[in-house]
Amino acid sequence: MSRETVEVPITGKIVSVDVKPGDTVNEGDVLCVLESMKMENPILAPLDGTIAEVGVESAQVVKPGETVAIIEY
Amino acid sequence: MFGLFESGFASFTWGNGVMLAIGGLLLYLGIAKKMEPLLLVPIGVGTILVNLPLGGLMECIVQGKLVESYALGGEPAGLLSRIFRYGIVWELIPCLIFLGLGAMTDFGPIIANPRTLLLGAGAQFGVYAALFIAMALGFNIYEAAAIGIIGGADGPTAIYLSNRLAPQLIGPIAVAAYTYMALVPIIQPPIIRALTTKEERAIYMKPQLRPVSQREKILFPIIGAIIIILLVPKSAPLIGMFMFGNLLRESGVTDRLADTAANSFMNVLTILLGVSVGAIMSAGSFLTRDTLKIFGLGVIAFAASTFFGVILAKFMNLFLKEKINPMIGAAGVSAVPMAARVVQKMGQKANPRNFLLMHAMGPNIAGVIGTAAAAGIFLGRLG
Repeated sequence: MSRETVEVPITGKIVSVDVKPGDTVNEGDVLCVLESMKMENPILAPLDGTIAEVGVESAQVVKPGETVAIIEY
Repeated sequence: MFGLFESGFASFTWGNGVMLAIGGLLLYLGIAKKMEPLLLVPIGVGTILVNLPLGGLMECIVQGKLVESYALGGEPAGLLSRIFRYGIVWELIPCLIFLGLGAMTDFGPIIANPRTLLLGAGAQFGVYAALFIAMALGFNIYEAAAIGIIGGADGPTAIYLSNRLAPQLIGPIAVAAYTYMALVPIIQPPIIRALTTKEERAIYMKPQLRPVSQREKILFPIIGAIIIILLVPKSAPLIGMFMFGNLLRESGVTDRLADTAANSFMNVLTILLGVSVGAIMSAGSFLTRDTLKIFGLGVIAFAASTFFGVILAKFMNLFLKEKINPMIGAAGVSAVPMAARVVQKMGQKANPRNFLLMHAMGPNIAGVIGTAAAAGIFLGRLG
């Protein structure tokens, strides 16, 4: 199985986490919502797969490059 | 009849009625639709108050006589006519708002990727396109320049310029500029879609811009202000305040001042700007054919700015090894941060890996500088 790591694209604060390990996701599903520059931005699944790990939690302040989630496909 | 004839009812005209409806519409859009509420609510209130006859809010003294509506050459004598005269006609409020905007702005994306400055300049072609069309429709060059700047999608700049060049049009121009800014998420997407293929919209841009040091962020507003003001001297009030506000933010030692400039001071200015712009919208000055034309030209200016921004980005791609997503050109109309947000949303829709927000912020902020510079060029030529 291949794994793809979804990284935090921009400094901000996690508003909500919408997946947990074991969840099945489709391309375009919302993984979490990141507040940055006074806007709420969804972070989307880049492909279909299963969530292996979630790296963020609600209210966490995050920096670019940190892991949002790892998806197995 | 118990003073009924001295009451406002006797002086109420159908025009006042129409303007009350417009004021009510602005309130509705702001409150119920959450479109630019911080501006549309004060503007709506100003519009309603000034169209209740005999209130005297916009009174002026002209040659020793009290007149109820605002008079350019008169001495202001009412609450809102004084705010309008000393705040807007004296150009204090729009320029000080730029101080607050500077304190809210992060130049990081431009410093990390300076080529996005070009996209901010490209979108200014829309300003010129609208200018020429306005002249073809019979506006003189001063009015046309003030109307064209609506395409820059920058309220304070539009107000500043129209006050200088065409003060009689300031009400409709301000309302058109703010209304269309609120409508950016509706106006831009169809134009962007028409100009780009799905593959282009899906072009992936690496999220990680290079890190920008504090020293760069401190030097940028200082050097930027010197270069831009030397190039376009008449942009000094807007650009000078903008860069000053940004230096307060980035210096690391003036956080208190930056915080005040970006928040409480900005809020005070927004209240004064909104209510006094609303107050200039009396029935007599707003219900004219020119107002309709200005609203029509405003859409053209916005659309043209979006068009040229995207086309310029596509043109740049012909020469770039690492392609940029052409949609970020659309963020070159200022409208911070709505235009960048539109690009972010469309980019993510075309390719869920894409996160274009910070890439779009570069042209977006460059658009603010570009519009202020365009206003400075007009003032230098015409003012």
